[in-house]
Amino acid sequence: MLFTEVKALIGKDVRLELKQKYVLNGILLYLLSTVFVTYLAFEDLVTTETWNSLFWIILLFVGVNGISKSFVQENPARYIYYYTIASPQAVVLSKILYNLLLMAILASLSFGLFLILMGNRVVNLELFLLVLILGSFGLSSILTMVAAIASRASNNFSLMAVLSFPVILPLLLTLMKLSRIALTNADWTGSQGPLTILLTINVAVVILAYLLFPYLWRD
Amino acid sequence: MLLYAVIYGFIVPVPDTMIGESLRNVFYHVGMWFGMTAMLTTSFIFSLRYLKGFSEKEDLVALEGVNVGILFGILGLITGMIWAKSTWGAFWVRDPKLDGAAVGLFIYLAYLILRGSIDDRHKRAKVSAVYNIFAFVLWIVFVLVLPRLAGSTIHPGQDGVPIMALDLSPITRTVFYPAMAGWILLGFWILNLRVRILKLHMKNEELKM
Repeated sequence: MLFTEVKALIGKDVRLELKQKYVLNGILLYLLSTVFVTYLAFEDLVTTETWNSLFWIILLFVGVNGISKSFVQENPARYIYYYTIASPQAVVLSKILYNLLLMAILASLSFGLFLILMGNRVVNLELFLLVLILGSFGLSSILTMVAAIASRASNNFSLMAVLSFPVILPLLLTLMKLSRIALTNADWTGSQGPLTILLTINVAVVILAYLLFPYLWRD
Repeated sequence: MLLYAVIYGFIVPVPDTMIGESLRNVFYHVGMWFGMTAMLTTSFIFSLRYLKGFSEKEDLVALEGVNVGILFGILGLITGMIWAKSTWGAFWVRDPKLDGAAVGLFIYLAYLILRGSIDDRHKRAKVSAVYNIFAFVLWIVFVLVLPRLAGSTIHPGQDGVPIMALDLSPITRTVFYPAMAGWILLGFWILNLRVRILKLHMKNEELKM
């Protein structure tokens, strides 16, 4: 039941996105120009450390921009309609999964751009890709939840940044730590601890979203 | 109890450690963090209770818990910064504990801004309770996880930083424990007063209408 609802809602989101291509194109262009601006701004100063920090900070900003629209894109009246046909849990899970898809696309694109413009710094590619996937998942779940909170208030956009940055820090620092390992070590030493933390954060956020979203859903 | 701690904290002879007289700050600074954590935990619990029963009183306690918690947090930062200047030579150093405290403040200032931007009273209470619960859990993760990620901290009170908590001599202990209890109780007292004032305001408005 939940599963079919989630599937239908994700399908709806994908179709909606393809119908309003300018939104998606806007985010892609935002990503492209941000990476290019940093590329021009940093010239040859880029060390492995700055590569790492820049990569995740850009991804964070792109994520905030991409996901903040999650709950304000559609007409409010249509949400009343969804409310009658779907459970709130299905709505939030479908949004998280859909945003995961979006974040994964954005993350791999920005990784590609970094490879082209700033050279390859990754030594342990498997670990880096794993971190990229788990990171997309964590970013999408936390940002989806914050977008849901911010959509209930006026002055949505600046609120989104203010609310999300402090809560996203534990995730972001764990990600940076892990990808630093992937950038410097060829083997997996030292990555187990942070990986466990990353998984714990992801699971905790999804559980919190599942439990708390129903309260945001209904007025 | 608090009066005792505040006064005696200045005159008690401190054991001869490398930080010397500045040890006295432990009676104030550490108490601030105990107070802040107690207030924020109270706020968290009352947010949970609000979502269970939707009683407006519980939302008030949650809000005031955050307000008093922020007050304690800022005082804790100030006392900590003064101490840091004399011990480490800078007001702010890069350290997981300091960053954790700062992030806590950011979260709860954001909470107040969130409250400010919703007009409807019930909606405001509900949405901010959700954010409070969400952020508190992640903040706890941050405080617990970050020192491990960084690997080391120069802040006292952690393994391998041998100055305070465990090394407190019996005579400082006689000040330390009452001081901690005193600060926490002071926090609850302020909280209680503020909630009662707000309740009176609400009653007053109802009477006017």
